[in-house]
Amino acid sequence: MRKFLMAGALGLLLPAMASAGEYNITVDRVMIDTGDFVKEGIGYNGASPGPVLRFKEGEIATINVTNNLDEMTSIHWHGLILPYDQDGVPGISFPGIKPGETFTYEFPIVQSGTYWFHSHSGFQEPDGAFGSIVIEPEGREPFRYDREYVIQLTDKHSHSGDRIMRNLKMMPDYYNRQQQTVGEFFSDASANGLMSTIQDRMAWGDMRMMKADVEDLQGFTGMINGMGPEQNWTGLFEPGERIRLRFINSSAVTYFDVRIPGLDMTVVQSDGNNVQPVTVDEFRIGVAETYDVIVRPKDAQAYTIFAESMGRSGYARATLAPEEGMESTVPEMREPARLTMADMGSMPGMDHGSMDMSGSPEMSGMDHSTMQGMDHSGMAGMDQGSMATSQEVPSDPFYAKGSGLVPTAANGGKFLSYADLKAQNPLYEDREPTREIELRLTGNMERYSWSINGVKYEDADPIRLKYGERVRFKFVNTTMMTHPMHLHGMWSILDVGAGEWNPVKHTVSVQPGTTVYMETEVDAPGQWAFHCHLSYHAAAGMFRKVIVEGGPDSTQAKADVAIEEGGDA
Amino acid sequence: MSRIRSLVVVSLLGAALIPTAVAAQEMIADTTDRKQPLTSWGMQFEELEYRYSDDDEELGVWSADFFYGTDDLKVRWLSKGEYAIEEQAYEGLENQFLGQVPISDFFDAKAGVRFDTPEGPDRTYAVLGVAGLAPQWFEVDANLYVSNEGETSAELDAEYELLLTNYWILSATMDATVAFSADRAIGIGKGLVSTETGLRLSYDLVDRAFSPYVGVVHERKYGDTADFAEADGGGTEDWFAVIGARIAF
Repeated sequence: MRKFLMAGALGLLLPAMASAGEYNITVDRVMIDTGDFVKEGIGYNGASPGPVLRFKEGEIATINVTNNLDEMTSIHWHGLILPYDQDGVPGISFPGIKPGETFTYEFPIVQSGTYWFHSHSGFQEPDGAFGSIVIEPEGREPFRYDREYVIQLTDKHSHSGDRIMRNLKMMPDYYNRQQQTVGEFFSDASANGLMSTIQDRMAWGDMRMMKADVEDLQGFTGMINGMGPEQNWTGLFEPGERIRLRFINSSAVTYFDVRIPGLDMTVVQSDGNNVQPVTVDEFRIGVAETYDVIVRPKDAQAYTIFAESMGRSGYARATLAPEEGMESTVPEMREPARLTMADMGSMPGMDHGSMDMSGSPEMSGMDHSTMQGMDHSGMAGMDQGSMATSQEVPSDPFYAKGSGLVPTAANGGKFLSYADLKAQNPLYEDREPTREIELRLTGNMERYSWSINGVKYEDADPIRLKYGERVRFKFVNTTMMTHPMHLHGMWSILDVGAGEWNPVKHTVSVQPGTTVYMETEVDAPGQWAFHCHLSYHAAAGMFRKVIVEGGPDSTQAKADVAIEEGGDA
Repeated sequence: MSRIRSLVVVSLLGAALIPTAVAAQEMIADTTDRKQPLTSWGMQFEELEYRYSDDDEELGVWSADFFYGTDDLKVRWLSKGEYAIEEQAYEGLENQFLGQVPISDFFDAKAGVRFDTPEGPDRTYAVLGVAGLAPQWFEVDANLYVSNEGETSAELDAEYELLLTNYWILSATMDATVAFSADRAIGIGKGLVSTETGLRLSYDLVDRAFSPYVGVVHERKYGDTADFAEADGGGTEDWFAVIGARIAF
């Protein structure tokens, strides 16, 4: 399958810069066994997840993809910088790959790090069509490790992607089994008082929004490298070794909070780009993001890699151990997260001025749900002002103040924030953006319709960018869901307030009730997809085509400009 | 260093793009399904039940809903029936075929026709209605009917689900019909015609696809309608014990 060795040998003979990394991939119907259930899905080379594709920076990748399905398929190389017609989005990059056809992708590898690939057709990706990409850098990396593993997460559900989409359209709470019950009403009433609990329920009922609306899809089995919690994927190590874990979240819709009890994790890379090392106890990985961490287990014992979903409805589990068959305890999942009024902060029609957080029932709801394992006694009567300063209170500038989604580490330690991510080696010179484009993330949970600036993809004009400009995207999340926004083909420089050290990513999570900025150096001509990476949000319309006009070859895309003027969504 | 890397990136890209420059002039238009409105469908039996009345009457009852369409336009087929098991006759049988469009975040307007074909005279109605989710989670459905006899009537349906747990659900339903003019042939008097109130305790056994329930239903006729029923030798009020299942697929 892998012709790398042969290509390497050729490389010795040829003085050319590129040795070819060539792969053959077949797209197949496969059986997926989660340990909880077995289902038919879609995989690559007979398995889901597909293979780990290894490349070296500077070589030319050649990948022959043969479609053995009875429907169209495609492969998108998530996070790779490449010519747009190799990006693998049907209808934008190319027409797609017909049943029985072989399509050859060929593009130069111009970056290094951890990435992944997946189908961009229908719901093939939630059905299992994904794999991982590891690119070895040309130069030395600023960190050392003795061993590495890809840790590819997913949220495997017994229903097919089509069925899940249909069920969500029919009943948006179809999969939500964490809704507030009569029992919770009484426990809240005894904790916060009857009147404030009634007021709280009325306030949410008036909006017709659910505090429990954290995850669209529950009832999945969390998988790591194709294995469910019971099957327990195991990576071996020698005590004292540094292990690089390449976390990839290939879920359809699930965010995971990842920890390895007993081990610190040093985050060294995110979305394929090195970051200044930051040591954490736990981190949240958004859908489609990657994080590379280095751990150094000193003892000859087993360690559990525990990844519980953001809404605590399911978990993935794997083990690092000196020997096969060893295992450590698997922690209990924490209490389900509950949204607060803060997460509704920018809901249309809400009056910010009237949101007195300190005495409102929402706040008491928040103490209750998000401060598990913390000292409750010190919290009574807390107000917003003291929240910001107190060490004990979870706060993260990338979540709404008082959000019920702010993560805390299970051991009370450090939880990674976007604010901790600083580029190790900025890819671009820092400069003023040439313009700003506001993208409001919009939707209606009751109708399960999702859009950008209130317009679904089916009705939207493309976003037109000019080659050479630096665009500042302003995401305003007006919904109560978290949206991992993914721009194809060009980097997303996430504004964490670190100026030239802002981290360079391919997927940026925008939490409910927040505004997040990212900047993009428009350096890739052609047309590209730009969308929420929650599969069912993208399919419901939270998706755009981006056209980059102009380019190194100034003749291109000119014909296109004539068609229509327009700059925003 | 970083600048060097980005230069390399750009030059590599540039080199790679030369052969594709021609192709770039003819960037494809998105004609895939993704660019089309998402169509969806669903079928639900809100009620599929056996009723046993305090007068030992036995009924088979259903209330079903099939839809197909997009966010902007759905077609809906609503079917309701009450089959008297002993008499082997439909006490009620109605089918509505509707087009439905959104009019606000939480409400849809619908219009169509309703065919009533129970035992006895048939009726055809024009239907105009709104359905959606009211504040505090009340599902409401309000309809105006004009029959082929020219009689007008209105119906209001409301439902509230109380989650005892995330699987045990107590649902309360209320349905009231008002006639603006009498239709003696089908036993309808002017004014408040009838109410049906139900309380059902269900358990979600298979996802939300199959949820068996037990419950009680109270039916009552009012005013002239009640008088007509009595004149025809029928009752004006019934209590039912019900057992059935909610089904969605």
